[in-house]
Amino acid sequence: MIEIRIHGRGGQGAVVASSLLAKAYAYEGFHVQAFPEFGVERRGAPVLSFIRVDEKPIRLRTKVYQPNHIIVLDSALLKFIDVTAGLDPNGIIILNSPLKPGEVKLNGSWIVATVNASEIAAECGIGTATSPIANTAILGAYARAVPLLPLMSVTKAIEETFGGKSRNNLMAVEKAFENTALPSNFVAEALEAYYQIR
Amino acid sequence: MEQALREEKALLLSGNQAAAYGAYLSRVQVIAAYPITPQTTIIETLADIMTKADWKHKFINVESEHSAMACCIGASMGGVRAYTATSAQGLALMHELLHWASGARLPIVLVNVNRAMAPGWSIWSDQNDSLSQRDTGWIQLYCESPQEVLDTVIQGFMVAEKVNVPVMVVEDAFILSHTSEVVELPDQAVIDRMLPPRAPAFRLDMEQPAAFGGLLGPEYYQEVRAKLHKAMEEAGRVLVNVDALWQKNFGRSYGIVEPYRCEDADLVLVTSGAISSTSKIVIDQLRRQGRKIGRLKIKLFRPFPFQEIQRLLGDVPKVAIIDRNCSYGHHGIFFQEIKSALYGSKKGDRPKLYGYILGLGGRDVTINTLRQVIDLTSERDEPDPETIWVK
Repeated sequence: MIEIRIHGRGGQGAVVASSLLAKAYAYEGFHVQAFPEFGVERRGAPVLSFIRVDEKPIRLRTKVYQPNHIIVLDSALLKFIDVTAGLDPNGIIILNSPLKPGEVKLNGSWIVATVNASEIAAECGIGTATSPIANTAILGAYARAVPLLPLMSVTKAIEETFGGKSRNNLMAVEKAFENTALPSNFVAEALEAYYQIR
Repeated sequence: MEQALREEKALLLSGNQAAAYGAYLSRVQVIAAYPITPQTTIIETLADIMTKADWKHKFINVESEHSAMACCIGASMGGVRAYTATSAQGLALMHELLHWASGARLPIVLVNVNRAMAPGWSIWSDQNDSLSQRDTGWIQLYCESPQEVLDTVIQGFMVAEKVNVPVMVVEDAFILSHTSEVVELPDQAVIDRMLPPRAPAFRLDMEQPAAFGGLLGPEYYQEVRAKLHKAMEEAGRVLVNVDALWQKNFGRSYGIVEPYRCEDADLVLVTSGAISSTSKIVIDQLRRQGRKIGRLKIKLFRPFPFQEIQRLLGDVPKVAIIDRNCSYGHHGIFFQEIKSALYGSKKGDRPKLYGYILGLGGRDVTINTLRQVIDLTSERDEPDPETIWVK
């Protein structure tokens, strides 16, 4: 089973991102679960959402304690939240940041992928110029860093969810996929990690 | 499954969204509800479906849950199919009218999202809200997955309209209500055959004026209540048949209780709600170690499945009962019920019953929590006189 945790702030679309990602995996034939942090949400406050993916039906109905993948929608959260808490040593972190993976201060054996999802979202007119909504763009980076999930399933999940309003989001996803910065030794490591968590 | 998803015969739905789709597929005619966390997304999803689908219905905005149930009662007496949903304090506020709905023999379906009662304020899951309504004459069904919630809402109407007793479908706050999974949508044409439009023998009718719910003297009241009790007992048998029909048409069924690897078990864990799902993982782990441990899920709480409990637990040496609730000054409520079902069930040794209260106010019930319950039961030859509160 793969467990994924998304970090964001209330209003940044972490819950929608979890549902899109779950749908994308479901199109690939996996069993999925998607759920928000069980609590009260406030705009701007740190929030979490979760996804479980497995080849078998998922019976586990608890919180996620040891995720395999982490998505961070707002890199400012890194200053006061340990986004790597419980993360699998072979885990993957997808970070919305203008920095290159090597410049991100996260100490561990994880694979770090970065993408400037906010800038891409702003360019694609998602949200406003001052507060773009990066929740769809970052899924393009996820598909790039996690070869298990084809980009096509992410775009299909977006089309199914947003219908006629998907165009900007699809543009953002594809742009993010192209512009994801990965570690230089990426491919081998990612596949290795993938087979370990499978 | 992915094929069904691509063809839109399945959708990614939370327990609450599934509860709303269940009402839609049941062709509910009147909905009256008041929002309360964590039930609110049921109402939001209903509103969403209403804007997209051709659905002949009336949604009544109300100022309280008491009024929501009053509207459902009026609608149901008028002969139409009525539905509502609530949680915790909202269900408690309905209490008076829950008695009225069952006493008037109205087949209303209510979805209750299990939420702990205040104070202190909690929006998280436990069962004290629904179990406090144990004696109101409502059928109660506890679910463990969003798919089961959707199916049970429709099955609920099928049972309710057969025996004229209202049904409460229960799902855990957040753990089910806000957790999305791929849920198959049963074919509407098949549902329409299984659940035809409601045709009650008696209803409010302008052409044939009659009064309902009038004064009932001591010479009749008891007989009327005995009929409710009888109908309630009948409901269990009807549900077994409805569930078998479901299996035939849709290839899935739930049972009124669900034993999991109980054959030859010397210890059986009794669960309800979402814990039933996680507990299967624990049973598989322990079976792999060669331990003879099984799990019994109670889906139907009212009418209580006495015969199934006696048949499945009567010869088990140790039974560990999990309660996400408490009857203060007594025990966990499922513990009481199992105990009363087994007392006098047979001569000689009865199972030793171990009661555990846990997960109140939404505390996460993990694999470790359940392992702890099994260890505490395995290591004690005799149960403690007091229920054990598991952290």
